[in-house]
Amino acid sequence: MLDSIRQRRQAGNEGGRWSEIGLLLFAVIIVGFAAAVTMMSLEQSITVDLLWLLAGYFGLLAIAHAAVRIFAPYSDPYLLPCAALLNGIGLVVIYRLDLAEQAMDPENASFDVVRQLMWTLLGIVAMVVTLIALRDHRILAKFGYTLGFAGLVLLAIPTILPSRFSEINGAKNWILLPGFSIQPGEFSKILLIISMAAILVSKRSLFATAGKRVFGLDLPRARDLGPVLLAWMLSLVVLVFNSDLGTSLLIFATVLTMIYTATEKVSWLLIGVVLFAIGATFAYFTFGHVRVRVETWIDPLGFYDGTGYQLSQGLFGLATGGVGGTGLGNGRPQQVPFANTDFITASIGEELGLIGLIAVMLVYAIFIMRSIRIALSVRDSFGKLLATGLAFTIAVQLFVVVGGVSRLIPMTGLTMPFVAYGGSSLLANYIILAILLRISNEARTPTPAVASPAMPPAAASPGAGRRAGA
Amino acid sequence: MNRAIRRVSVAAMVMVVALMLQLTNVQVFQANSLKQDPRNSRMLLDEFSRQRGQITADGQVLAVSTPADGLVPWQRSYPDPDSVPFAPVVGYYSLQYATAGLEQTQDSFLNGSDDRLWSERLRGFLSGRTPQGGNVDLTLEPAGQHAAYDALQRGVGQGPLTGSVAAVRPSTGEILSLASSPSFNPNDLTSGDDASRSAAMEQLSSDPGQPLLNHATQVSLPPGSIMKVITAAAALESGMTPNSPVSGANNTLLPGTSTYLENYAGSTCGGGTTTFMNAFALSCNVPFVESAPTIGQEKFADVASRFGFDGNAPDIGMPATGSGLGTIGDDAQFAMSTIGQSDVRATTLGAAMMAASVSNNGMRMKPQLIRRLQAPNLSTVEEMKPEEAGEAVSPEIASTLTDMMKASEAHSGGGIPGVEIASKTGTAEHGEGDSSVPYTWYIAFVPGRDVAVAVCIESGPGITSDTVGATVAGPIGREVLGALLGGGQ
Repeated sequence: MLDSIRQRRQAGNEGGRWSEIGLLLFAVIIVGFAAAVTMMSLEQSITVDLLWLLAGYFGLLAIAHAAVRIFAPYSDPYLLPCAALLNGIGLVVIYRLDLAEQAMDPENASFDVVRQLMWTLLGIVAMVVTLIALRDHRILAKFGYTLGFAGLVLLAIPTILPSRFSEINGAKNWILLPGFSIQPGEFSKILLIISMAAILVSKRSLFATAGKRVFGLDLPRARDLGPVLLAWMLSLVVLVFNSDLGTSLLIFATVLTMIYTATEKVSWLLIGVVLFAIGATFAYFTFGHVRVRVETWIDPLGFYDGTGYQLSQGLFGLATGGVGGTGLGNGRPQQVPFANTDFITASIGEELGLIGLIAVMLVYAIFIMRSIRIALSVRDSFGKLLATGLAFTIAVQLFVVVGGVSRLIPMTGLTMPFVAYGGSSLLANYIILAILLRISNEARTPTPAVASPAMPPAAASPGAGRRAGA
Repeated sequence: MNRAIRRVSVAAMVMVVALMLQLTNVQVFQANSLKQDPRNSRMLLDEFSRQRGQITADGQVLAVSTPADGLVPWQRSYPDPDSVPFAPVVGYYSLQYATAGLEQTQDSFLNGSDDRLWSERLRGFLSGRTPQGGNVDLTLEPAGQHAAYDALQRGVGQGPLTGSVAAVRPSTGEILSLASSPSFNPNDLTSGDDASRSAAMEQLSSDPGQPLLNHATQVSLPPGSIMKVITAAAALESGMTPNSPVSGANNTLLPGTSTYLENYAGSTCGGGTTTFMNAFALSCNVPFVESAPTIGQEKFADVASRFGFDGNAPDIGMPATGSGLGTIGDDAQFAMSTIGQSDVRATTLGAAMMAASVSNNGMRMKPQLIRRLQAPNLSTVEEMKPEEAGEAVSPEIASTLTDMMKASEAHSGGGIPGVEIASKTGTAEHGEGDSSVPYTWYIAFVPGRDVAVAVCIESGPGITSDTVGATVAGPIGREVLGALLGGGQ
């Protein structure tokens, strides 16, 4: 008992929990200031609403922090503040768009920010539950096939359901239930990553075995191609049946990266690129909506009156923001359709400018880099693969959504993690956060002093983690 | 495995950096063209949510934005009765038809986005209110503007003429009147009612008189005999004097051709030999055409360009066309150019500046229409300063030209009681046959009183092929001078 108290106090210092508190307060100050500015410019006064919203946000962060202190005291101290800051910025922008909607149509205005705050609460609950239920991430490795199957089923449900239970704005990737609706893709993504990590670890030796050598490349044996082909076909199926380009791209890129990480064989990447090229070409020539996305991407203003309208408006918004932004509450982000979901990037870019967007990108970069650091430092291969997969999936999702809005790549329609309005996405991302915290707690827990003489010297040495995972 | 994870982290970073670069590309490098895209309603909505600045002249408000309840929070209006006479200068500002005139050229200042208003924007930003646009104050004298417009509307008593008047203050280049007829009511184009707005636009754009065009600055026509002021200046510089003997014959052979050029209506210039002064006063063509070889093309072009006839549009802060000689080919064309025919073109403003240069002892000033730019709190942001455009002729020659123009005025049967005027009339033939109506011109100034005017009548009821500068344009010019002397000084 005394030991455990001492250990926790030590964790507070060594685990970086005080840094975490400091950073969380920093996030609260930024978000509070942003919310106050928004309210000042749109309402000309600061009302009690703001206090409630901030109190709610602050309270949720306090719960999250307490849960981390108790259940993962050595976990990485930067991940939660990054998520909290992104979530908070999202709340402010969603609130700002609510006010715009209210100003235009006071009768029918819905306050999305309240719902998003509720989803934040559920997200943090999901995070805490995950931290409690998952005391050791390695347990997950045992359920590789089960979770994979669950992930596929979840992904398949919208495909099977009739459109009225599964389709919103042309994408058939929802489960619409009375009262609420979820995007199963967000959750199946996590399940598939876990499953992939588990399968890859158990079959690693198989994958690493070289097949023929062609032009200096170790080609895998044909029967090892299975998982890549499976991922490839899965992403095509998602694309074909759910018309969901974003998720299909996300799954494929993540699986490929995990296979590469597990085997360290570049040949897998080349095979992946070839398969992607084949899939993309096939999709382009087979599906009208893929062609439309590409055409719109090449010349959004040329299709201004039709499919290019949203992208054009988004670009107008970004351009209007320029470097410094119009300031919160002074732009017209509501001109862009879906300004608080798919196009929240454009809303941030308009009012906070390039400076604001780059700041958001950097927060993501910190989140992704810290996650990859976890992958590097954790000792078990499963943890490494899982953390890499989760970190990379955030990176790909960010790339796909921001790249789509800024016309770097064709629009595919994904949510900006933690920022965009949407319950499923928020919930799923908090679960990802919890898993990452869990793995990092494992990686960063100091070896108990009493246990060290019993441990083999190699495992206790600082280089052990690296070697064990290599 | 860590080596691969490090490579994955590099890939993730590359993706984030690619996003940042693309965002920079859109928000910095493509920003201007995207912002200015006509389909980007943000700029328009922004403009309409700001109070646009006023356009004023001598304390009178010509354009103002007032709070409105409609789609947009501000309504642009042009207070009557000044809206119609001032319309070709002020222009209009319409949600549907964009802008014209000063509303267009001074848009960034009026809407407040001009860099000269940055401190105003900063104040607006700090105080949290929408910044207002700045005001544009004009040099126009309302009395002169009304006199000019009313005279054009009256015409010869049979209805409105197509034509224009420009009056300037010779010592400073301030434009005092800039009337164009027919004109329009800009309120019709900014009206909140879609149907009446498009009906008004349709009617205006199909009118043969081109009411949306500022005839004083945007239309350039053959100047006819008013060009003889420039030719006379060139002749004086080439050694001729007012007393030099010239031919008083009624016609002469055009150099290099077998065509005879006549004086107006074939009349003689007294026959035999007369003085250069007399030839100028009677506006005989023969002596000027015959003086062409003495002057030479180079000299002629040089003097014309010093008078502002260099083909370049003057910068008066609104759309304008230049005056110039055009192309002079052979000697016959050159000879015709000396009497303001062939390819010579002048705007009414250009003609007024010609008279003003003589009035201002030969010094040509730059014409200016904007007296000052003001911040919304009426503090002056920028004030007009008189600028010299260059010496047209020496003071001695200017003085000689003044005497010759006084003689011309005496011959054209005008004058204002108690005021001595120096002037030149012009009648420019154009088109073929006798049925075509000539453009009639009048340029004048009042020696010692710092005011100059030019009138150009293009057509209108009562204007026939017999109309000359002295009959229609002259009286209008004198009326404007009278109004400016009585009211403005």
